Amino acid sequence: MARARRGARASRAGAIPYLYLAPAIALFCFFVAVPIGYTVYLSLRRAKFSGLGLGKGSRKEIFVGLDNYRAAISDGEFWASWVRVLGYAIGVLVLMLGLALVFALLLDSATVRFGRFSRIAIFLPYAVPAVVATLLWGFLYLPSLSPIHDLLEAVGITGVDLLGPGTVVFSMANIAIWGGTGFNMLVLYTQLRSISRDYYEAARIDGASEWAIALRIKVPMLVPAIVLTTVFSIIATIQVFSEPVTLRPITNALSSTWSPLMKVYRDAFVTGDLYSAAATSIVIAVISLIPSLGFLRLVRRRAFGEDV
Amino acid sequence: MRKQRPIGWLPTSLLLLGAFYCLLPVIWVLTAATKSRAELFTSQAFTPGTGLFGNLSDLSAYRDGIFWNWMANTALYAGGGALLATVVSSVAGYALAKYQFPGRGLIFTTLIGGILVPSVVLAVPQYLLLAKLGLADTYWAVLLPSILSPYSIYLARIYASAAIPDALLEAGRIDGASETRLLRVVAFPMMGPGMVTIFLFQFVAIWNNFLLPYIMLADDGKFPLTVGLYTLLVTGANQPALYNLVITGALLSIIPLIALFLTMQRYWRTDLSGGSVKS
Repeated sequence: MARARRGARASRAGAIPYLYLAPAIALFCFFVAVPIGYTVYLSLRRAKFSGLGLGKGSRKEIFVGLDNYRAAISDGEFWASWVRVLGYAIGVLVLMLGLALVFALLLDSATVRFGRFSRIAIFLPYAVPAVVATLLWGFLYLPSLSPIHDLLEAVGITGVDLLGPGTVVFSMANIAIWGGTGFNMLVLYTQLRSISRDYYEAARIDGASEWAIALRIKVPMLVPAIVLTTVFSIIATIQVFSEPVTLRPITNALSSTWSPLMKVYRDAFVTGDLYSAAATSIVIAVISLIPSLGFLRLVRRRAFGEDV
Repeated sequence: MRKQRPIGWLPTSLLLLGAFYCLLPVIWVLTAATKSRAELFTSQAFTPGTGLFGNLSDLSAYRDGIFWNWMANTALYAGGGALLATVVSSVAGYALAKYQFPGRGLIFTTLIGGILVPSVVLAVPQYLLLAKLGLADTYWAVLLPSILSPYSIYLARIYASAAIPDALLEAGRIDGASETRLLRVVAFPMMGPGMVTIFLFQFVAIWNNFLLPYIMLADDGKFPLTVGLYTLLVTGANQPALYNLVITGALLSIIPLIALFLTMQRYWRTDLSGGSVKS
């Protein structure tokens, strides 16, 4: 195991470790800490226009306390976007991680052929940017181009609009599942390969079936890796942005505030209301902090022992 | 010795089904890119057409070859950003793994916490701050934020603690080697394979990034492929004549990464908790 050695001697290096960490800390301050602070600052303020709001000096920033937060939280559209994304995220997470686990177990089974080919093929979508993946699937969904429509018509199903109001969520979930299964599969598969084969031989001698070995030995040993991939996937999925933004030009079924992040983008850059955007960002951050804190505890315990 | 097992047809066919699903859009774009404008809407999907060279020259001619500009920009962002991120993260990971010092736990937790902050919470104020410095809409606006990668620091710490024996560092110190010499002569060479992995992950992350350049850049001459192809799609949504360009561009944009994948196979290690690293 790659645990940090316990009891690594305190060296007399003095300032050296701080020096080595300085570039990372400087970047962190400028690109994470200061932006967060600036967002909090903006979220407590608002532009005030005096007179007609024209000319220099007529626009002033004032402190408004929690007004922007009140507005953000009482905005029905914001919660509607959360409901949409939560439904989408649950579907994606269950199917994507379920498929990743099944594929990883299949790859690890001794009887499978073409394992290498399948592993590379299933991992391949990881190399396709979300924007390009959305473009490709978007074209596959378009009736004028789609082989999927040809296929559906061949079996007698006609008139399905894969980009319609009722279906576009599923079409988008398919893109995310397609893009994410391979990476998670590889994480789980790598973990499986590191388990000693002796366990399986012992179980086989005791008469256990391959099924029993997979369910009773492999899955329990994968639990830490499953939790880790789940938390990573939750964080990535609730931040969904590229897919709906890229699909919008070819469908009318997605609003400009379909996901919470899209609302922040619209407020900040389309409507130009930075203050609302800042408050909404903070609310999003707080909501995603819940799975995140669990993740931090996990990282500290799993990967590095208790030495953090 | 393990005895020969019979072929499991069910698991094999399930895996091949998964492989087919994953390859389907890639095969589709491969054939669609060879179709001329007329063939795209008339001929059967998955049958090659005759328009590949026409499409390539149309794409190269589109707005004086701006597509190749996007390709070069992406290579610069991903290559430069990943290289700097690898160096910064490896040095930081090495310090966190091999030194005991006050504040170590706090620094690690804080840096790793960066993974958890939603990207949009950072991207908007990052844009505003860089705009104040006059750096918005420059190459720096995309390059600089890409250098910080909490995930890479996390991986670097795992690799450093697994690959570098404490005894070797102690021996070096007893022989009078300076700390910076230990970093160059012991740490970097031993972390080498791990650094390649970090580079690859960060390269793909930057190559695939959309939100950051979408927010930071206004001048389409500085766009990376993802933002460029998106604008091409927006322009082309009402003109099916541009579909060929979008499809051909999409194909060209994934070729470099797929090549990188197939050639660097052995470095795609995803053992997040370091399970398979021998110590």
